[in-house]
Amino acid sequence: MKRKLTAGLLALGLTGVAAACGGGDGGGDADAAAQARGEITVWLSNNPEEVAWGKQMVAAWNAANADQLVTAQEIPAGKSSEEVIGAAITAGNAPCLIFNTSPASVSQFQKQGGLVALDSFEGGKEYVESRSGKVAEQYKSTDGKYYQLPWKDNPVMIFYNKKAFAKAGIDTTKPPLATYDEFLATSRKLVAAKAAKFAIYPAPSNEFYQSWFDFYPLFAAESGGKQLVADGKAQFASDEGKKVAAFWRTLYTEKLASQEKYTGDSFVDGTAAMAIVGPWAVATYKNKVEWGAVPVPTSAGKPANETYTFSDAKNVAMYASCKNRGTAWDVLKFATSKEQDGKLLQATGQMPLRDQVATAYPEYFQANPDYQQFADQAARTVEVPNVPNSITIWQTFRDAYSKSVIFGQEDPGAALDGAAQKVDQLAKQS
Amino acid sequence: MRTSTGVLGRILGKQPIGSAFVVPYVVFLAAVFAYPLGFAVYMSFHDYFFAAPGAIVDRPFVGFENYAEVLSDPAVRRSFVNVGIFLVINVPLTVLLSLGLANALNAAIRWRTFFRVSYYVPYVTASVAVVGVWLFLFNSNGLVNSVLGPLAPDPSWLVNSKLAMPTVAIYVTWKQLGFFILLYLAALQNVSKDLYEAASMDGAGRWKSFWNVTVPGVRPATTLVVLLATVTGANLFTEPYLLTGGGGPDGASASPVLVMYQRGIEQGNPDIGSAIGVLLVIGVLILALVERRFVGKEE
Repeated sequence: MKRKLTAGLLALGLTGVAAACGGGDGGGDADAAAQARGEITVWLSNNPEEVAWGKQMVAAWNAANADQLVTAQEIPAGKSSEEVIGAAITAGNAPCLIFNTSPASVSQFQKQGGLVALDSFEGGKEYVESRSGKVAEQYKSTDGKYYQLPWKDNPVMIFYNKKAFAKAGIDTTKPPLATYDEFLATSRKLVAAKAAKFAIYPAPSNEFYQSWFDFYPLFAAESGGKQLVADGKAQFASDEGKKVAAFWRTLYTEKLASQEKYTGDSFVDGTAAMAIVGPWAVATYKNKVEWGAVPVPTSAGKPANETYTFSDAKNVAMYASCKNRGTAWDVLKFATSKEQDGKLLQATGQMPLRDQVATAYPEYFQANPDYQQFADQAARTVEVPNVPNSITIWQTFRDAYSKSVIFGQEDPGAALDGAAQKVDQLAKQS
Repeated sequence: MRTSTGVLGRILGKQPIGSAFVVPYVVFLAAVFAYPLGFAVYMSFHDYFFAAPGAIVDRPFVGFENYAEVLSDPAVRRSFVNVGIFLVINVPLTVLLSLGLANALNAAIRWRTFFRVSYYVPYVTASVAVVGVWLFLFNSNGLVNSVLGPLAPDPSWLVNSKLAMPTVAIYVTWKQLGFFILLYLAALQNVSKDLYEAASMDGAGRWKSFWNVTVPGVRPATTLVVLLATVTGANLFTEPYLLTGGGGPDGASASPVLVMYQRGIEQGNPDIGSAIGVLLVIGVLILALVERRFVGKEE
């Protein structure tokens, strides 16, 4: 009897804990919040260049708006920024703005009720579309609203090590890398000449986002700018997708790319003669690698001005727990003004997702000609699709790609067909 | 005959101060173990996802739908098979090596303290750091393959679908050996020296003494080691996450906890993650009961 009574009381205690943890009302009146002004907090990415930019942006805002002070901090440490943000949404303590919101996570955050539609602000939609041009369309959610402001991108290109290419007797100014055949022939030469152990070394691990840096840029290029999913249907099992998969499969079969995880930077270490990354990496390669960059290859060798790639963008979103949304909206516009975008470009080398970025900052590109090609490429970028179950879709794709293309345990074409069926189902769910 | 002392007396029992001492741990257990477990069971029967406070969301009861989805998912089924392979290698290896080494380290050998510390160091070193060393050792150009030369496996250890999980199991055995050696060392102090003397007088050699005196003498510790190795092994996460790049190759080293993390946290389906978790808890409980029955039986 005593045991039952004690157990009953413990269960009652648990119910109390459950009641205390659940429920709550942090939403408040959205209309009032949209007008409210006062102090806000923003989170920044934790790379030093972006932190430096963020600090000057906040200082400039605070100097002119003493009654609406902004506090900036780096995103708290976690396995990934997206997990930390997801937890903060659930806990109701997300900041007003996060200048590092991954487009792939937006549908999930939206489902959680964690984001504020920017269209809810006067002139919000117009601001997003006028700043980013037609690229903005890719960032619209399925309900037709913008829950993210396209902020900056890192158009993915092929970086090559000029010394390694020279050692293999390959032209270092115009290396033959435009077509798949040229790319494979160059790769074979590099490895045969022992210029590097591997021609290229995309991460072969199974995380959902790794396909953004092997399959997806080449698929965007081969398909003339298609997303992984469009109109609720998987696009990657097309002829273009299968050509891309076959290309990478050849690299793995011939051991021109490695199946093993690399703990350092294979390009900096000289283990790989090429890398597939965006301009953020330029700062990392400075004084370490003499590099050049070319667009990602296509089967027919499309000219650079017709070649698309993956954007690797990071955006700004406003979070539902924000009380002073009026201030947050003004800070968002201030931080993405032409002046602040110029400072971001100067500090980080990353491309503001601004229409005609290549011509918007002529002084910068004159002083930093290496970056001009990334600005040109920025006009032709493809984003991850903004669809429900985005991460699950990418993991499903990665599993199939990993099994067939990287490890050769299934025919790549059949694997893509199978994954496409699953992705079609996932994209339909809300 | 007990006297009635009211409801409070009945709850607190004969030693109310003792109950007071127990309360903090009961609260801790309730908050950190019982509540999350109960909540996980709740989530696993609902179409549940994490939402912002105040957000109006629908989380209907779905019965066993999440369990059906989990059990029909080849990746989840594969992860349970993987962790089975892991346990079959890890648990016996842990018992054999830790008992053998504890026995050796209990003897009066030179450098005893040095060896004891050496075996314990991997256990207290962060996995992230040790994983880096193992990647260096076991990649295709690593030290192990250099020593093996033409006998090195192709594909190499961590990207070989047959060898990845055994390699992870050996890594975890090695990393945790120090802790289990410590348990056995403590248990060995309780084995009476008289028993060894008696065995010796009966003509038993070192092996017979070990088998007939040491092994039965540390049986309670063996039960504990088996149970702890099973529970910690079933919770395998860091190693497939870091050592084999997210459970690779092709899911050959994915563990249920890794898949739970992918589905529940990364992909925002905590209901599915919870269903995997509940199945894992049930599996571990059954396994623990079986082990307790066979390893922990009284003579």
